[in-house]
Amino acid sequence: MKKLILTTAALALTSGMALAESHGMTVRMGTEGAYPPYNFINDDGEIDGFERELGDELCSRAELTCEWVTNEWDSIIPNLVSGNYDTIIAGMSITDERDEVIDFTQNYYPPASSAYAALDGDVDVKAGVIAAQTATIQAGYVAETGATLLEFATPDESVAAVKNGEADAVFADKDYLAPIVAESELVWAGTDVSLGGGIGIGLRESDTELKAKFDAAITSMKEDGTLNAMLIKWFGEDIVTY
Amino acid sequence: MFSNCSDPSSLDGLAWFACYLTNGKHMAFYGSFGVVMVLLLITAPAALAFGFGGAMAARSPFLPLRLIGKAYSAMVRGIPDIAFFLFVPFAMDQGLEWLRHHARCPDWDAPIRQGNDFVVCAAAKLPLSSSPQWVHETYGFFMAVFAFAVVFGAFAANVLYGAMRAVPRAQMETAEAYGMSDRQAFWRILVPQMWIYALPGLSNLWMILIKATPLLFLLGVEDIVYWAKELGGAKTTIYAYPHDDWRLYYFLGLLVFYLGLTRISEALLGRLTRNLSHGQATMGGEAQRKAPA
Repeated sequence: MKKLILTTAALALTSGMALAESHGMTVRMGTEGAYPPYNFINDDGEIDGFERELGDELCSRAELTCEWVTNEWDSIIPNLVSGNYDTIIAGMSITDERDEVIDFTQNYYPPASSAYAALDGDVDVKAGVIAAQTATIQAGYVAETGATLLEFATPDESVAAVKNGEADAVFADKDYLAPIVAESELVWAGTDVSLGGGIGIGLRESDTELKAKFDAAITSMKEDGTLNAMLIKWFGEDIVTY
Repeated sequence: MFSNCSDPSSLDGLAWFACYLTNGKHMAFYGSFGVVMVLLLITAPAALAFGFGGAMAARSPFLPLRLIGKAYSAMVRGIPDIAFFLFVPFAMDQGLEWLRHHARCPDWDAPIRQGNDFVVCAAAKLPLSSSPQWVHETYGFFMAVFAFAVVFGAFAANVLYGAMRAVPRAQMETAEAYGMSDRQAFWRILVPQMWIYALPGLSNLWMILIKATPLLFLLGVEDIVYWAKELGGAKTTIYAYPHDDWRLYYFLGLLVFYLGLTRISEALLGRLTRNLSHGQATMGGEAQRKAPA
């Protein structure tokens, strides 16, 4: 076994050498790929959505070569800190808890509402069974309201739980639920709640240089209005802009 | 794929389905069946090798080796698979990067561990950040093979250890009487005869391995269950092919696939049992001997 590890290491060492010189800095962008319209896998199997377009624009402004990767939401932070990719751009709200583990750029999506969607608009969202995606600010909020929290690994499953009656309502970012409410039998319930400090790009705390580059690129997009245009394109006219 | 698929919203019925089932995402789904099969075919022999090594170590007359063999099988069997899968590939990946870091960036003065972060120089990354995505995927795949092989190897080690002890003692005594050395007796008498005793346990492991492949997604390898979930989830009109929650149908498809795989495995394992029983002092072997030729 030791031999195996050594051989693998030796192989990896030699094969990597030729490649190392010829490329510049490549930034690997980690996303979930299951949260339309923020990020999703389109029908060609490509990563698409608001964050894809935004990320590509930010990379070109910061003169970085970017490569997109998807990772399960559950393990998205551990994989960042162990260096499997360099950024998290996955609709991740800036919170104090997360900020202790990773760093965030300034937000590229303003603090926005989270909302409840249910089959019946009169459902009591403070007492019923509420579905939310695990390890999100919404899940944390539901746990505090006194409602019974039902957690799911993907946002899609949390919506499906309401449709099949397992949960009374789903609690998620309003802009994620909006197209679903518009196109299915779900309706808004309860009142909207404002959570988190907006969405930013998550980075390793040691990556201060990359953080500065992205911060500068986001600032320039905010100043020339391209970010607002992008927000309106993906989330409609009602979105809060900068 | 088909020329009329460029505007899916204008299609209906069969044409819609023909386009839907051949879009890029479905192609990736079909490809993932191949990934799972390749994983099984590489992992099974690798796990068997780990198991064989573990079993040999566990019955070694040399104490430290015996302890290593027993500790390997006891520890890995005792740790939940999912914890193991989250730990081993991370640890292995970081271990390799740590080695490469020291080999390639000797004058790097920043610490590798900075708080939660694991930071090595760009040239030590494995695979390099600049490598194309398929290199990353292949690397993740082999990490998965390694993790599976270690976990299932520990179970296989226990099965093989038991099988080695199940071979009748008289066989080994006869080998000694013929003047064979321990090594000769092990390879010529014990190993060929132990398989029939190991087979029921090993076939169970194989079945469990088939069903354990969704753990692949923890390592970033997109397997069939991931794609079934992703494709089956309800789709709004932001997608070219909006539909309701179709996970049931996708999972029924997977059910058929897994049941088919189980059926084929059972048939092959049944044949193997018959062949290995030949001439053995087991009930199966005895039945074959008594059956009229």
